Amino acid sequence: MFNYTFQWKQVYARLPEMLEGALVTMQIAVLSMVIGIVLAVMLTLFRLSGNRILGGVAQAWVEVARNTPALFQIYMAHFGVASFGIHFSPWTSLLIGITFNNAGYLAENFRGALKAIPDTQARSGRSLGMSELQAFRHIVLPQMLRIAFLPMSNQMVWAVLMTSLGVTVGMNTDLYGVTQDLNALTFRTFELFFVAGVIFYAIVKLIQLATRLIAWRMFRY
Amino acid sequence: MFDTAMTLNDVMFLAQGAGMTILVTLIAVVCGTVLGIIFGVVRYQVGPVWAAPLTFFLDVFRSIPLLIQLVLTFAFIGTVMKIRISGFSVACLVLTLYTSAYCAEIVRGAIESVPPTLRRASRSLGMTWGQDMRHIVLPLATRVAFPSWIGLALSVMKDSALVYVVQVTELLKSTQILITRLQEPLFLLMICGAFYFLISFPIARIGGYLERRWSND
Repeated sequence: MFNYTFQWKQVYARLPEMLEGALVTMQIAVLSMVIGIVLAVMLTLFRLSGNRILGGVAQAWVEVARNTPALFQIYMAHFGVASFGIHFSPWTSLLIGITFNNAGYLAENFRGALKAIPDTQARSGRSLGMSELQAFRHIVLPQMLRIAFLPMSNQMVWAVLMTSLGVTVGMNTDLYGVTQDLNALTFRTFELFFVAGVIFYAIVKLIQLATRLIAWRMFRY
Repeated sequence: MFDTAMTLNDVMFLAQGAGMTILVTLIAVVCGTVLGIIFGVVRYQVGPVWAAPLTFFLDVFRSIPLLIQLVLTFAFIGTVMKIRISGFSVACLVLTLYTSAYCAEIVRGAIESVPPTLRRASRSLGMTWGQDMRHIVLPLATRVAFPSWIGLALSVMKDSALVYVVQVTELLKSTQILITRLQEPLFLLMICGAFYFLISFPIARIGGYLERRWSND
C-alpha cells in the first residue's frame, strides 16, 4: 500500500525497555496524583479558612496552574527555579510540574464538590461537639472526595498524558523519553511512536477501568 | 533580574512566537469546532452501536499524549506516505482533530441535555428534523455547551505549546531559544507565562460568569 517497509521486529526487541519506561510513567503519575490530592485539600482548606493571605495564595496557585500551559510549569520548575541556584533532576522537575498542575485543577474540582454539600452537614457535625477541623475531616471531606471522584479520575488520565512532557527537560527514563532515545538510535520513528501510543492508550484504558471498578465497589449504596 | 540583555529584536522574536501560538490556536479551534459539531451530531443521531468506530477514533485522540499524536502524524505523512508536508500543516491538522474529539463530546452532552419531550413536541407541531435542530435544540444546547467550549478553546491554546515538536516556533519555543542565548530563564519565562495568563485568565472568568448566569434559570 505504501512505499515503505515497516520494521516491527526492531521495536519488538526494544519492547521491554519501553515497558520499563511505562512503569516510570505510571510511578510519576501516581505520585503526582497522591501529592496533588493532599495539596489540593490543603488549598481548599486555605480557601475556606477566611484568612486573606492563605486564601490569596491558594487562589493564585489555582489560577496560575489552570491558566498557563503544563509545559510552561515544568520549564519553570526546571529552568526558572535554577536561577535561584536550586537545581532539580529532570525526574524531580517533572514531578513538581505535574503535581503543581494537578493540585490546581483538583482544588477547583473540590470547590465545585463543596458547593454540592449542604451547610447543614458541617453545622450538625459542629453541634455534635466536633471541632471545625474534625467536622471537615470526618463529615465534609469524605463526601467531597466522593463527589469529586469522576473529575479526579480524569485528572489521573491527564497526569499520565502529561508525563510525556518530561522529555523537554531532559527526562529519558519515562515512556516518551525512552521512545525518543530509541528513535535517535534506530530512526524507526513511526513504528516506535506507534507502539508508545498503544501503550499509553492501554494505560489510560486500564485507569478508566480501575476507577470504574473502584467507583462501583465504593459507591454502590 | 530587571537589567536584561534583551533587545528590541528579541521582543519582536517573542511577539512572532506569540502570533504563531494564536494563529495555530485559531485555526484549530475554528476547524475543530465545526468538525466537532458534525461528529457530535452524527454520534448522537446514529446511536451508540453504529457510532462505535467514530467513538473509538475520537477516544484515541483523548487517550494518547498530544506529543505522540504530533510525532506520529508527522512521521506517517512524511516518511510512510512520502508526502512533503510542513510542520505547520501537521500541527494544525492534529490540533484540529484533537479539538474536534473534545468538542464532539461537549456537543453530544449538550444535545442530550435537551429534554426529548421538547423535541417530540416540536416534531408534532410539524417541524422538520432540520427545523427542530435549528430552532429548538440549537438555542438550548448552546447554553449548556458554551461554557465548556470556552474551557476547551483555552486548553487548546495551552496545549498548542507542544507543537514545537514538529518544528513550529510558537511562543514557548521562541522563549526557550532566547533562554539559550540570553541565559535569563526566569525573566523570559515570566514574560511567556504572563502572556498565556493574560489571555487565558479573563476569558476563563467570562466563561465562569456565563456559566453561573445561564444555569440560574
